Amino acid sequence: MSGSEQESAHRTIERVARESYGRLVAYLSSHTGDVGSAEDALSNALVAALETWPRDGVPQNPEAWLLTTARRSFIDLVRHRQVVEASEPTLALLREESTDMILLPEYPDERLKLLFVCAHPAIDPAMHTPLMLQTVLGLDAARIAHAFLISPTTMGQRLVRAKTKIRDGGIRFEIPQEPELPQRLDAVLEAIYAAFGIGWDDMAGVDQRGRDLAEEAIWLARVLLQLMPAEAEVHGLLALMLHCEARRAARRGPDGRYVPLSEQDCRKWSLPLIAEAERHLEEASSRGHSGRFQLEAAIQSVHAGRARGRGIQWNAIMMFYEQLIRISPTLGTRTGYAAAVAEAKGAEAGLAALDGIDPDDISAYQPYWAVRAHLLQRLGKTPASLDAFDRAIGLTEDPAVRQFLLQRRG
Amino acid sequence: MQFALLIFESPEAFAARNADENDPYLGAWRAYYKALVEADIYVGGNPLQPPETGTTVRLKDGKRRVQDGPFADTKEQLGGFTILELPSLDTALEWAARCPAASMGAVEVRPVSPEYKRRVTG
Repeated sequence: MSGSEQESAHRTIERVARESYGRLVAYLSSHTGDVGSAEDALSNALVAALETWPRDGVPQNPEAWLLTTARRSFIDLVRHRQVVEASEPTLALLREESTDMILLPEYPDERLKLLFVCAHPAIDPAMHTPLMLQTVLGLDAARIAHAFLISPTTMGQRLVRAKTKIRDGGIRFEIPQEPELPQRLDAVLEAIYAAFGIGWDDMAGVDQRGRDLAEEAIWLARVLLQLMPAEAEVHGLLALMLHCEARRAARRGPDGRYVPLSEQDCRKWSLPLIAEAERHLEEASSRGHSGRFQLEAAIQSVHAGRARGRGIQWNAIMMFYEQLIRISPTLGTRTGYAAAVAEAKGAEAGLAALDGIDPDDISAYQPYWAVRAHLLQRLGKTPASLDAFDRAIGLTEDPAVRQFLLQRRG
Repeated sequence: MQFALLIFESPEAFAARNADENDPYLGAWRAYYKALVEADIYVGGNPLQPPETGTTVRLKDGKRRVQDGPFADTKEQLGGFTILELPSLDTALEWAARCPAASMGAVEVRPVSPEYKRRVTG
């Protein structure tokens, strides 16, 4: 085989692994709940593909090849564990299925069940997102660990523990029914959004962590939408993320300098992404009830109006935040509301809204201090504003944002 | 529990100490210190003089060995330490990421060992 053919074999493996990883893991683990073994089996199959495809050529149906190979390895792995732990029903099930499996041209997409398992209430909420990123997208523990600011070893251990709980804790691979569905879906959406990174909506110099997983989160949301096309909040979540993603190129100056939303050059925003976001937002609102993600997307949509030459309608943003506070009165929502009030009704009113937040909650919350510092500065209350700037700067992780705030502080 | 943040700084960061009052690195440190105190987690800490002021002592075969400079010859050198009272390693890592030295060097997070201290101090 020539070098270029080898290269194409590697590319095919990469592509199939990327596109089919979650489907294969979900399918292999859906009956046994053994996500860890399913992943091991798939990685064995990928290693086998790396050995044989460049030598023998890429099979006609690469995904089916991976599935068959992974399946064999999976049975071995589970059988091995079964010898130790004796779970005969599982093994019987595997034996029954092992023959039809190979004949199946199409296999069912069980990723939705897998997503619900990852965000199951019996699993530590902090692990929902890492589990999804690993089992549905195939990201390795080290990459997830960096994004979540946890050591790779610890992240690896926590993932293994969570998968053991899924396998042995009786967590069923199923799509929740009413009346649990809304709450369970919420957990899935939250987990996807957590990967995207909080703080994108940028109140006053606030975007911090999670950036490198933004694309993965959008991918997850697209998968979820494919599986639940009728859910308004899924459209809402995707709309929100696309709006924020559309501004990626405008967020930094050529020198790496941080550019806040209000000063971004909207010619650098991606119009196709904005248009796609708007379509999903319309789709969401046509389905009636408004949810958290739709409201957040609506706020971003108002900002996006600037790209079409419209001024920012702060009254509309304030109203969306008011509705948002009723649904989810988080620190982020309340701080965003105060920033919108300041634009709509003046800095004094904005400060009053900030003062309504419990001081115990904000000692380590950077956006609160950033907004407070700007409003105090606008009112000419210098000593108090300097103090608030210091708090914001001291709580900032991103050096570019820190630099921006230091300059504003003066 | 208590965590030590060991601050490793680059030569540039050590040099920034001689800059004027408006230096951004110094400003970032002032703000960080204030945030630690206001969050009520600051226990103590101190900056150290630059590595070239260090002197390392060993006794080998009963003989004194004195070396000019720090113990380890690395690009980034220990520049100070901070002790924080925090509920978990996860929160300690968050505070370490906010430390101005994290983007100009490295911050090592280590739990303080009160058990060992008790065995030593009795």
